[in-house]
Amino acid sequence: MTGAVPPRSWASRLFEPRRLGRQAPATRVLVYAGLLFWTFVVLFPFYWLLVTSLKLPIHVADGPNYLPFVDFTPSPHAWHYIFVEIGRDTFRPYLNSVIIAGASTALAVVVGSMAAYALARIDYRPKLGTIGLFVVALAAVVVAVIAFGVPWQLAAVAGIAVFVFLARALAGRFRRSVGNGDILFWIISQRILPPVVAAIPIYVMFQQLGLLDTHLALILTYMTVNLPIVVWLMYDFFASIPTDLEESAQIDGASRYRIFFDVVLPLAKPGLAATSLLVLVLAWNEYLLALFLSTVDAQTMPLLVSAQNATRGPQWWYMSVLIVIMILPVTAVAVALQKFIARGLLIGAVKG
Amino acid sequence: MTNTTGSEWLDRQARWVFLMPTVLIILTFSIFPLLVSAYLSLSRFKFVRGGFELRYIGFRNYEKLLFGSEQYHFLGKFAAMGVWHGLLLGGLLLAFGYWLWRYLRGGGAGVVGLLGRLIFMALALGLVALASVTLAPGGALGSLMVTLFYVIVGCSAQFLAGLGLALLCAQPVVGRTFFRVVFFLPLMVTPVGIAYTFRMLADMTKGPFAPVWAAFGLGDFAWASDAWSARLVVVIGDSWQWIPFIFIVMLAAIENQPRDQVEAAELDGAGPWRVFRDVTWPAIAPVAATVMLIRVIEAFKIIDLPNVLTNGGPGIATESMTLHAFIAWRTLNLGGSAAVSYMLLFVAIILCVSFFNLVVLRYREHGR
Repeated sequence: MTGAVPPRSWASRLFEPRRLGRQAPATRVLVYAGLLFWTFVVLFPFYWLLVTSLKLPIHVADGPNYLPFVDFTPSPHAWHYIFVEIGRDTFRPYLNSVIIAGASTALAVVVGSMAAYALARIDYRPKLGTIGLFVVALAAVVVAVIAFGVPWQLAAVAGIAVFVFLARALAGRFRRSVGNGDILFWIISQRILPPVVAAIPIYVMFQQLGLLDTHLALILTYMTVNLPIVVWLMYDFFASIPTDLEESAQIDGASRYRIFFDVVLPLAKPGLAATSLLVLVLAWNEYLLALFLSTVDAQTMPLLVSAQNATRGPQWWYMSVLIVIMILPVTAVAVALQKFIARGLLIGAVKG
Repeated sequence: MTNTTGSEWLDRQARWVFLMPTVLIILTFSIFPLLVSAYLSLSRFKFVRGGFELRYIGFRNYEKLLFGSEQYHFLGKFAAMGVWHGLLLGGLLLAFGYWLWRYLRGGGAGVVGLLGRLIFMALALGLVALASVTLAPGGALGSLMVTLFYVIVGCSAQFLAGLGLALLCAQPVVGRTFFRVVFFLPLMVTPVGIAYTFRMLADMTKGPFAPVWAAFGLGDFAWASDAWSARLVVVIGDSWQWIPFIFIVMLAAIENQPRDQVEAAELDGAGPWRVFRDVTWPAIAPVAATVMLIRVIEAFKIIDLPNVLTNGGPGIATESMTLHAFIAWRTLNLGGSAAVSYMLLFVAIILCVSFFNLVVLRYREHGR
């Protein structure tokens, strides 16, 4: 793409392929066959969901019925059941999902972008010894709380006090330090951690704090599991933005916060859009941690969907309605952000 | 600017204000639980009057998984070792030896690199040995091998399909934007939803493809009661969701490569395969390696699909390690659950870090 070519309209780009007619007819047939085949593979499950949501139990039990009005008479009974009869029980998990996915995404993107920006622009040289000391102090707190029954508040305060005291006393002795790359790798490596490893302790932790089955518990947990992705993708985005604008803003006397929020973030919009969408989808669809941390009040949509499998066997028609209404909002966001997704993800993948 | 000193102080603290929230959150909700989990995996959980009791039992939980009563569940059932297994392992050992020798001779070998390679080789040898004795007739896969099956077979299939679709979509075709949007959709669906949808679709008698199965005489075949067909359905569901992710990134990478190189190669009379091998692939390989790393990291955590599609069955044939740990947790075997999670953590970290160091970094260096 050279700058001299005038931008073509969306429609002309759609219907005026590059290098029109350069391919042999046989190749073209194969290419279109492949694309249409995959379109079918992708769209058919959606179609089947939609059709099933309009079926009566008898239509499902009767064997394959494909076309509404031809093979069977569609009935809105499942939609009526989900929206009217148990309307409140549908609405609450839906609202929970919106709140939890939205809040955790917003928090993860803001907090993660700040860290990514800091790592891309500021030099950090934490001492290796201090970090080791911290891990030892943390492990001591864990052992004291679990094995010796020390109250966790006391253990935490004591741990912090000992750590601060020793870190100050020994500060001069530590020589080796780690750099930004190591911190970045540490943060990203958290993503390898399978959530099931942390699930039980997180469950116990929130139980101790009385936060089990609340929005806050799920928001905090989702934010944590998604932070590494945000830092990973946004770091590369910030690293690819030239620094001149920030430098001139700094000369004008703007604070680092002003620079970040008013100068840098607007430039990073494509990255923010792609990252937010990815994190939003992950939080919206998350199942395992929700299973651990919520029962009734904070129940999210994936749990409601799997609950339709409960006592009377799978209720395919209700399930289909729920899945359809779960897919709609994220799909709308995805189509709206389509333009940014590829670019945003690509930058993360190229530089990693 | 009334409070100059205050805001100046705040500005000087910016380096910590920016980074510390992330570090503290990860420490609280990731590192701290990790340490607690490590302790849990070394203890036995029991309900006693008025609460529960955790007793330190050393590595007993791990011992149970690797050698004891849970071995069939975690590692699988072993068939007898045959000559073939010996030959396979011997060959692999020789290959590793040669690879190590080349690394040491090549210069630039460091202690960390050597150690990392040795750990990777030990794990790889162990896993190949495990695969050969559990895949042989008379053996059965445990949750470790099932997880690796999902990761290796699933991710390879997804990569090939995603790359193939990206190459098709990069052709000058009418309606590219349409295909691009449509192909992206499955990524939006919750895995639980996918699992139920595929249960409907895979129904041999009531599903949409029932006539097809009947035509092939498979009408009364129950995929859920056969270990391999059940695993295959799980992989198909997982692939349907994740092919779009690889597709969208690879498509962006292909479109990002300079057109003139491709056109120059075509002018020189190179066929499409030559163009792909010599021009396109070297340009997109770094992206391919990274996107595979992301995919593999996520693939190790698979739980929703096997849990909903097959409930881990038949028997334990489709149980991934995360599902294994979850089931242990549900039966209040907290120590066993933590031990399984830790084994998953070890395997995932060693394989992902090896993949990063041996594949991703190499391609990136070539790319520059």
